[in-house]
Amino acid sequence: MVGRRSSLTDHDHDAEEKGLALRVKALEELLVEQGLVDPAALDRIVEAYETRIGPRNGARVVARAWIDPAYRERLLTNATAAIGELGYGGLQGENMVVVENTPKRHNVLVCTLCSCYPWPVLGLPPVWYKSAAYRSRVVKDPRGVLAEFGLSLPTDIEVRVWDSSAELRYMVLPLRPPGTDDLREDRLAGLVTRDGMIGTALV
Amino acid sequence: MNGIHDMGGMDGFGPVRPEANEPVFHAAWERRLFALSQAVPFAVPYGDDHLRREIERLPPAEYLGLSYYEAWLHAIRSLTRLGCTPSDPCSRSAASCRAVRPRASRPNRRSPPAMWMRRSRPAPRRASPMPA
Repeated sequence: MVGRRSSLTDHDHDAEEKGLALRVKALEELLVEQGLVDPAALDRIVEAYETRIGPRNGARVVARAWIDPAYRERLLTNATAAIGELGYGGLQGENMVVVENTPKRHNVLVCTLCSCYPWPVLGLPPVWYKSAAYRSRVVKDPRGVLAEFGLSLPTDIEVRVWDSSAELRYMVLPLRPPGTDDLREDRLAGLVTRDGMIGTALV
Repeated sequence: MNGIHDMGGMDGFGPVRPEANEPVFHAAWERRLFALSQAVPFAVPYGDDHLRREIERLPPAEYLGLSYYEAWLHAIRSLTRLGCTPSDPCSRSAASCRAVRPRASRPNRRSPPAMWMRRSRPAPRRASPMPA
């Protein structure tokens, strides 16, 4: 088991947790004292990312694309605008591109330089997405990395890796699972996982 | 210039270790720090590019030893000094601070979330068309 707060290289720094907590508290107190931030605003920011801004948003986008061919077309042509139709956008999603999985092509996302990720539709990235292990290797050995997620793709399926940047963030449109023709949009959205929209899992 | 942060293709970092049912934050201090990172730019002129630059300027050995939010803590501390907070005027002039972030917002400690969510970022660009 890796320490809960793993570093980029997975060292265990739990002993430093207390010191970090004190340093952050000191920074916050200083900034509040100077009138630069309002503690209540901080609470609302945290609340937004713990409750409203997360992969459920992306799942709604995917489900809509599965049931509405015209929406899917708009999503693949101008993702930022199409995602905006469902009310999502803004910070770290100013320019988004959706890449579509097909029976012959699988897409997977990374940010090799840091942690760029489409916040409005997926929320904040998981620790592994920001880890040195993932960033370094998924571009070099994507099938090996996907296998570590339990996803082994046949060799006749092409794998494309998309390296995100601060200016451009990707999301994967997964393949609709077979046998879901009768499901309504909200039920379909319930099938879509975060990893399915990163490309480290199928839906 | 290359750097330790430019990790694509490097070897030796071991397997990826996904965490089942991972929470958004792993500690209370991560929550507060993340929120600070989003709130402080309303009052101190810095943008995402500046935050990342501070992290990328870390010596490689230090970079590798820090957790993600630890690196953010380093960057925010550094930038709040650079950004001329009232009681800690930095060595730069106010004019050069404005140059750091042209759209420097006025101090606005009660930024409503709606404003915060729609805050624009430096250097927005059009998305490139997808390759065929």
